Amino acid sequence: MATLIIIIVDGFVFAAILFLLSVGLTLIFGVLRILHISHGGIYALGAYMGTFLALKSLDMGWNPYLTYVMLLAGALIIGLLVGPLIERLFLRRVYGQAEAIQLLLTFSILLILDDLIKLIWGTTPMLVSKPSTLLGQVSIAGIPYTWYHFVLIAVSMVCGGALVWLVRGTRFGKIIVAVISDREVSQAVGINVSRIYTVSFTLGALCAALGGAAIAPTIAVAPGFAVEVVVQSFAVIAIGGMGSLEGAALGALFIGLARALAIHLWPEFELVVIYLIMLIVLMVKPEGLFGAVEVRRI
Amino acid sequence: MAQRFPLAGLLAAGLFVIAPFVVPGWVLFLLTVALAKFMVVLAVALFLRGGLVTFGHALFYAVGAYTAGFGSKWFGAREAVLLVPVGVLLGALVAALLGLFMARYRGVFFSMLNLALSMILYAILLKFYWVTGGTDGISVRTPTLLGFVPPRDALRLLYYYFTLVIAGAVTYAVHRFLASPLGFFLKALADNEIRIEYSGASVQRVLYSTYVLSGALGGLAGVLVAFAVGHIVPEYAFWLQSGEFVFIALLGGYSSVPGPLIGAIAFEFIRTYANKYAPYAWQMTLGIIMLLIILLQPGGLWAMYEGVASRFRRRAEGVWHA
Amino acid sequence: MPETHPILQTVDLTKAFGMVRAADRITVQIAQGELVGIVGANGSGKTTFLNLVTGYLTPDHGRILIMGQDSTGLPPRLVTRLGLARSFQIPQLYTSLSVLENVLLALAAQARKSTGFWKPLYRRQWLEEGMEILARFGLTPYASRSVAELPEGGRKLLDVGLSFALQPRVLLMDEPTSGVSIEEKFQVMDTLVGVLQQSHMTTIFVEHDMDVVQRYSQRVLVFDNGEVVADGAPNTVLAAPEVRRAVLGRE
Repeated sequence: MATLIIIIVDGFVFAAILFLLSVGLTLIFGVLRILHISHGGIYALGAYMGTFLALKSLDMGWNPYLTYVMLLAGALIIGLLVGPLIERLFLRRVYGQAEAIQLLLTFSILLILDDLIKLIWGTTPMLVSKPSTLLGQVSIAGIPYTWYHFVLIAVSMVCGGALVWLVRGTRFGKIIVAVISDREVSQAVGINVSRIYTVSFTLGALCAALGGAAIAPTIAVAPGFAVEVVVQSFAVIAIGGMGSLEGAALGALFIGLARALAIHLWPEFELVVIYLIMLIVLMVKPEGLFGAVEVRRI
Repeated sequence: MAQRFPLAGLLAAGLFVIAPFVVPGWVLFLLTVALAKFMVVLAVALFLRGGLVTFGHALFYAVGAYTAGFGSKWFGAREAVLLVPVGVLLGALVAALLGLFMARYRGVFFSMLNLALSMILYAILLKFYWVTGGTDGISVRTPTLLGFVPPRDALRLLYYYFTLVIAGAVTYAVHRFLASPLGFFLKALADNEIRIEYSGASVQRVLYSTYVLSGALGGLAGVLVAFAVGHIVPEYAFWLQSGEFVFIALLGGYSSVPGPLIGAIAFEFIRTYANKYAPYAWQMTLGIIMLLIILLQPGGLWAMYEGVASRFRRRAEGVWHA
Repeated sequence: MPETHPILQTVDLTKAFGMVRAADRITVQIAQGELVGIVGANGSGKTTFLNLVTGYLTPDHGRILIMGQDSTGLPPRLVTRLGLARSFQIPQLYTSLSVLENVLLALAAQARKSTGFWKPLYRRQWLEEGMEILARFGLTPYASRSVAELPEGGRKLLDVGLSFALQPRVLLMDEPTSGVSIEEKFQVMDTLVGVLQQSHMTTIFVEHDMDVVQRYSQRVLVFDNGEVVADGAPNTVLAAPEVRRAVLGRE
């Protein structure tokens, strides 16, 4: 029984992390119809910048609670800076071109970002544990968790809720939906589609950076981090349905729980369980659980 | 392409034949590896021709490499003429199995599923270290050719020619492939799948056949490189290895047969110098070059060569007709 | 006199999209060699009929028989192999290949050699057949040119040509003159019908333009609300006021 509770809690924590990682990606895909592989790089940059700023603030002897602000600041800086930069400078050039070219372009950006991190912050792993230890521990079924883990879950729910409200409840959201359903008609009625693209991409980048900054206190950020998360995030949204916010949540939950199960029951499979699930789900329902996008098969 | 520039083709072949006598040993080694990798890059280029990006061909490459590795470790076998066909066969078999599933996908799904499969192999190679040697990898003994154990100094030379001959055969085979109905249907796939189906042909069969062929090529490259390098590691299945193959296809130009070869040679030199001057920025180097190619010259080095060569020809013809 | 089976037959063909009955118990028989025009207003079910018969859509109910063989539920690829070919309203061509290569691929598919990887596509037999087909459709000057260089009428002709190359028993054309300029319209139809009549091919074409249907068909089927409401010679059918109202009324 205790194991079950632990698995569930672990599962939710993993799911929260995966959701924060993937929701930006699915949003961008929904609007721009591009799966941008460089997403993992933005996530990693957010983690690094947040960690860096938080550590700096601690060095300067500031109030430890400010580390949360620092994490947020790191995410904002990366999201607002790198997001528009990538979209305007590079992505814009390949709209309308073959999907293969778009994939290759975002792949090359990922490579650049991954090494950029190495060049700026070096190869030694960095860890700022203050934000996660500050709130204290709580014991669940005999296993110690930090309250920060639950903060993560809360953050992911807030983030998800905010996005859903944005897309469903605001005028801006209606414009986005219009652009998604018909780009040409939207343009014809006067919507500045290219600005919507930039804004949507930046929003997605912000989510990624936020996700990275949020989980940074629980892991040590190290090089190569960007690349690991690329496949994970793709698996989440492929399972949930590309372009669907609910799908990202469901996919994250699915994989999070499966991974928790694997760790406790079949540890050898931990690494591959995410790939296996993706394969199985795609075999059974190629467009994902909530997918509306047609996977090109004949 | 050989029809358009027959002189250039012959010249190139000639250069390869005399290379061992003009270039230093380390360059000969690079050329050997480039010739081997060229084959798997051809496989990647075929898919690019069909509008698909495969981020998972390291899978077949690793299958081939570990064929040599297991042959060496578990059977004490080192006969290249035996192990190379086995590597090809295993690559094709794995592709035949996975292709049943993979041929149903396109676009980003195809790319990512490919990627996932190769990463599963990578994880397996790491985890089951008592079989695979784990992160330490496996040492591959120097190969024998038809039972003949070459003396040390001659080994590099002989193995170079061995690889060159195979590369030549592969070039010829792919050439025929590109001129065949399957080769054209592969290109047509990128244009219009509906028309293919409405002609009574099966898109899935076209993709599947290409997939199996590409698996064979990947296995071939892996086995040849394993013997050349002498040591293999699980990273042979890592996604970055697949990324390198894609990079080379892009760099050299994927619409032709010589393109991947030029790309592979250029790549080995780029890597050697990058290791020397910017070892921590390898991925960035690849990324920047890829970006430049995509934005400025999508046809790669081969397209640049064609541009120059046809201008040259036109000017030469102008001289004749003047 | 032996009974000749209809070359194409649908029995009670039905397909609904939600509340809309796009096909409502359609029962028709087409005999060999007939030249049939299908008319109807937008949304009357003509294109749905075409999509059902060619296997692009699966009917909710009913059967389709090609030369007596049940093809219901088969995908387009297998329907084509049973002898039913189709051309499209928006020409479906291999845009990065040349006009001749498009035809060669059709011939290769027809010969079941689509996965051949050793012998070349450019082989003598197919080259001869291919050039002959291009000549029939008036496309010879474009043979080695890219598809992108074809004028709109040429694209339509090639689209039909590719289906024709499959040596089908029945050829279905979806709005062969749509998107073609008024001057070219009759030219294109003259060429198409000429080629098809010459080979006695059973032809069914869906058309919006009543003049084209009047001029080129031997028999007209009028669709309205997913049903066939009239079936007969063009002069009689197209003159009837209810038909004109049904077809033109909603346009």
